[in-house]
Amino acid sequence: MTQAQRQPSAAAADWRKDFPILDQSVNGQPLVYLDSAASAQQPATVIDAVARYQREDHANVHRGVHTLSHRATDAYEGARDKIREFINAADRSEIVFTSGTTESINLVAQSFCRPRIGSGDKILITHLEHHANIVPWQLVCEQTGAELIVAPIDDHGQLELESLRLMMTSDVFLLAIGHVSNALGTVNPVKEIIAYAKQRGIPVLVDGAQGVPHMPVNVQDLDCDFYAFSGHKMFGPTGTGVLYGRETLLDAMPPYQGGGDMILEVSFESTIYNELPYKFEAGTPNISGVIGLGAAIDYLQSADMQRIAAYESELHEYMLLQLGGVDDIRLIGTAANKAGVQSFLLGDIHSHDLGTILDHQGIAIRTGHHCAMPLMTRFGISGTARASLAFYNNTDDVDRLVAALAKARQVFR
Amino acid sequence: MNGHAAVTDDVLDLYRELILDHARNPRHFGRLDNATHTAQGINPLCGDKLCVYLFIDDNKHIEAISFDGSGCAISVASASLLTDTIIGLSVERAETILSAVTRRLIRGGSVEPGNIDVELDESLDKIKALDGVREFPSRVKCATLAWHALRSALRQDANPATTE
Repeated sequence: MTQAQRQPSAAAADWRKDFPILDQSVNGQPLVYLDSAASAQQPATVIDAVARYQREDHANVHRGVHTLSHRATDAYEGARDKIREFINAADRSEIVFTSGTTESINLVAQSFCRPRIGSGDKILITHLEHHANIVPWQLVCEQTGAELIVAPIDDHGQLELESLRLMMTSDVFLLAIGHVSNALGTVNPVKEIIAYAKQRGIPVLVDGAQGVPHMPVNVQDLDCDFYAFSGHKMFGPTGTGVLYGRETLLDAMPPYQGGGDMILEVSFESTIYNELPYKFEAGTPNISGVIGLGAAIDYLQSADMQRIAAYESELHEYMLLQLGGVDDIRLIGTAANKAGVQSFLLGDIHSHDLGTILDHQGIAIRTGHHCAMPLMTRFGISGTARASLAFYNNTDDVDRLVAALAKARQVFR
Repeated sequence: MNGHAAVTDDVLDLYRELILDHARNPRHFGRLDNATHTAQGINPLCGDKLCVYLFIDDNKHIEAISFDGSGCAISVASASLLTDTIIGLSVERAETILSAVTRRLIRGGSVEPGNIDVELDESLDKIKALDGVREFPSRVKCATLAWHALRSALRQDANPATTE
């Protein structure tokens, strides 16, 4: 390979060094981590920020008059400001901390939809969705008698936009749609879709778990009503997540959970809820995790999401070309606009067998249904092997994957 | 770059010839229409799903057995080897083999002549082909899936067997 072809990896060399976990051997081989869509690794700055907080600043937030509590509160609320800026929300009160995308979506299902819908109403999702953007809606439909309807996709794994538009009828209460498909990597044209939904008066929730790590996101520009994402997919700690919600909508919603921190005044007769966003943050939150998430955002801001997106786009193209040249490979998900992910099948090798063989060559990929069983059914398969990229990956990682696939074919000769 | 490292012996041991043969050409594959006992095995983590069908006669002999469904090479080969092993046996003997095999796979124990509750005959020799999974803790559940389903079928459990 010529130096010119390797160009993308030069840009990532410095980023890669920031992730200590990547510098190790697995099963006797240097680790190739191609499973960031399941959970991304953390830069040293995130790991250190969490450790420093635990060593020096830990106390409960929003409660104490003492110094540590002030420090903890400042750091926790500072992370909220960073997130507001990162996704360009209009106000910090629109940033609700949750345990992850899953909780963010359940919050909207239970607090926004459940009190207002009944039989005759519809929740609209798409065939691309992760179970986290399916099951919460099924639950609320069971609870209320509303109906869940699903917009179709084509054989490339792209939304059939005309069908989606036709399904946006006046009885649709909410559209819930993924920004980027976790299983296929399809990037949905959410801005156009939201604009159309707005014309029809339909609120839109965007599942951004796979969007935020890969591209700049501007919720005001998108004009979405809710945007949900997870800390651990954007190089922060697990157990952290965010629900962005338009202030007027959040304000009108009842609390999701009751407890401490979400109240202004409690008596046994009645309780006055706290203001936004605290109304939705019952109990002691994941303080250290959120502080780590703040550090992850600092990292992403300094790396620059535009640069990250440009680099990943090149690397994704490289991966697509290299995987496309592997004998007996079937690429699943061939949308024109993709980010981060490539699903595939190799000959008649089951994806779990492939995962085991790659693991023994030091390569971590995800195998199985990717929490998107209806999508697998759409393609007539039970699962895929999925290689997913982050900006710390490089062309060597892709080359190692391709070489390992050749070995897998030898085992299953 | 070290992309041409050899596949380890562990991997070759896992995917030995007999396993690949049974995975590609599973024996007794398909639905058994006159089944008296049947049960599904589901691995919720990976979505593998197998169904085991038995025809047990009045003398408690397993006259016929089959399975269908989909799964990885290990789970399909294990199911295929199971049917080969169990067909024609008494229910009692099948249950003995079932517990010996699951113990062997899960605990890495031995099923050797002399020390056991099961005589090592030729059919059990074949099961040893599954031994490779003992080096792959994440794959043991693939190998035991069909055996869990067999247990449910023999007990006529109403619920599908799961590996969890």
